[in-house]
Amino acid sequence: MSTDIPEGKETALKLADSDFATDRREHDVKSAVLDYWNRLKAGELGALPALIGLASLFVLFTFLKPDTFLSTGNIANLSTQALPITILAMGLVFVLLVGEIDLSAGVASGLCAALMAKLLVEGGQPWYVAVISAIAAGIIIGTAIGWLVAILRIPSFVVSLAFFLGLQGITLWLIGEGGTVPVRDEVIVALATRNMPIWLGWTLAVACAVGYTATQLLRWQRQHARHLHSKPIELVLIQCGVVAAVLLGATYVLSLDRAASPLIELAGIPWGVPLVGTLLIVCTFILGRTSFGRHIYAVGGNAEAARRAGINVVRIRISVFMIGSGLAAISGILAASRLNSVAVSAGAGNTLLYAVGAAVIGGTSLFGGRGKARDAVFGGLVIATIENGLGLLGTKAYLSFLITGVVLLLAASMDALARRRRSNVGR
Amino acid sequence: MSVTPALDLRGIEKSFGSVTVLHDVAFSAYPGEVTALVGDNGAGKTTLVKCIGGIHAFDAGEYRFEGRPVRIGSPREATRLGIEIVHQDLALCENLDIVQNLFLGRERRRGLTLDETAMEEMARSTLSGLAVRTMGSVRQRIATLSGGQRQTVAIARAVLWDSKVVILDEPAAALGIAQTQQVLEVVRRLADKGLAVVLISHNMNDVFAVSDRIAAMYLGRMVAQVRTSDVTHRQVVELITSGASGELGLRR
Ligand SMILES: Nc1ncnc2c1ncn2[C@@H]1O[C@H](COP(=O)(O)OP(=O)(O)OP(=O)(O)O)[C@@H](O)[C@H]1O
Ligand SMILES: [Mg+2]
Repeated sequence: MSTDIPEGKETALKLADSDFATDRREHDVKSAVLDYWNRLKAGELGALPALIGLASLFVLFTFLKPDTFLSTGNIANLSTQALPITILAMGLVFVLLVGEIDLSAGVASGLCAALMAKLLVEGGQPWYVAVISAIAAGIIIGTAIGWLVAILRIPSFVVSLAFFLGLQGITLWLIGEGGTVPVRDEVIVALATRNMPIWLGWTLAVACAVGYTATQLLRWQRQHARHLHSKPIELVLIQCGVVAAVLLGATYVLSLDRAASPLIELAGIPWGVPLVGTLLIVCTFILGRTSFGRHIYAVGGNAEAARRAGINVVRIRISVFMIGSGLAAISGILAASRLNSVAVSAGAGNTLLYAVGAAVIGGTSLFGGRGKARDAVFGGLVIATIENGLGLLGTKAYLSFLITGVVLLLAASMDALARRRRSNVGR
Repeated sequence: MSVTPALDLRGIEKSFGSVTVLHDVAFSAYPGEVTALVGDNGAGKTTLVKCIGGIHAFDAGEYRFEGRPVRIGSPREATRLGIEIVHQDLALCENLDIVQNLFLGRERRRGLTLDETAMEEMARSTLSGLAVRTMGSVRQRIATLSGGQRQTVAIARAVLWDSKVVILDEPAAALGIAQTQQVLEVVRRLADKGLAVVLISHNMNDVFAVSDRIAAMYLGRMVAQVRTSDVTHRQVVELITSGASGELGLRR
């Protein structure tokens, strides 16, 4: 065999020996900050826009409504206002991650809530039967959408638009024109309108802070011990400190007495908050730590590559719609709990746009492949703050629509610009 | 001289709609040897490879793996047999990092959770065997890599596993001189380890440098499968451009 390799072989092999040694350098704070700055410049904004947005909204509304906006009562109200939006958005994060959209998630939440209310009021069922049925209904809706999208390959935009209309029809048929179904079940109502005992709130908050710090430190320790890629310990500690401070700070504010009259006491974290917290932990775990989650990102990033890697793309596509609509059902239950009733219009109107806006503001890309469960929380808080602040200001409905529309558009254009930047820098 | 070919395809037909892309194609690859698959643009090399890898289903033909007739209905089944492919279009997920791409579809797990530590360590040792000076961290996203670096990741993904057949579809197209030599070196080493290696390349120097056999395609037909030592540069070029060279190739 004639070869012209040997010459090159020597150098190439020499390179091989010393190669990845460079990466074993210790990542110090300076290089980590530099990395972060480079990522920002490259259009990977992460949660930054949501956090800046939230901070500026707080400043703005505090300035416009100094007495009411930051009152403990309003903060508690804001937190329950954010619950349904956040859960709906969390479900949409899954769908958006594979590059699809579910326009029917809002009305699916309404239909599932209506089903639950009917079972409670007319069926006389206990709350858990009603809740499980509602979630099951959500999952069935998601399966149907997912099947049409994944197997028949009808664009999800069209399928979910059809469901957007069809599901409203079913809700209308279930509840009757112009009607509402009252929700008086103790447990359901408690979700968004009752609070945990103060001691339980503190216990949970401290447990979460400690648990978070412990997992972060353990992971750092494991990576560091084996010379793997790890963040500098200083940053890990700062991150844990910030999370703990936010958790404990929020618990403190919500534990203050916020009753209007001195005769009664009203304090504590609303029950829905730990529910969202649990969902956040579960979804973060699924997306970040399981191969199912990894495959969701892969399908969103390059479906053909995922298929060639042996991933069952059809199964992934169907399951994200199931998760999306299942979470929509839970969101509908919380909305029903907050309003003590389910109306024909539940989940219609701007519900879905709020949730999509929340996911996108939080940092989830409309183009698929990028996003995290926490985006729903950050974005949900931003949207709820806008809704809440505009409510306090007594803004006319038409203005609210306009403002929310503009915010959604802003978030989407930021997403698109960041994507363009990424592809410019990328190659 | 009865070594069982690792891959043995006969009479493979494949059409997309009304366009027939592969006509009665035969192809074999032997363990311990590098088989170069050559042919002009559009000759059907990539299509043949995709049929081998279960990405396309072929319409007719016989597929034997290590002498056994097999039916491969999906990429996963090809992988299970021990067939790894470096695709011409690389098939990487740009939103995932290098380690995540290397293990895509066959992640290491500990219980329910991914075993990131083990995956990162394996990724490092594989990549360091492939000499990529400028790659930096194995936790970089693919989107931030250059074309050649991406190609290296795609190659690393194919050699990471304990496989029997490795097919590389123009693996060096975007690589620099040193990296190309490195890839050819890897190709040789894989064959010396006893794997059947298929290398698609337009570069005749590379083909003659590493291959033991050459399979030439012309307009969707396999026109010759010969030992590299039995042919000259010129003959192979003629096979590629006109489908025949003297005794070899298509009958006129
Ligand atoms: N999915 C497809 N649908 C229709 N035609 C296709 C498809 N894939 C490939 N072809 C056709 O099949 C023929 C062979 O393509 P193929 O990609 O196998 O060529 P190739 O030998 O790999 O060429 P190159 O050297 O340029 O990579 C081409 O004419 C191409 O147009
Ligand atoms: Mg090709």
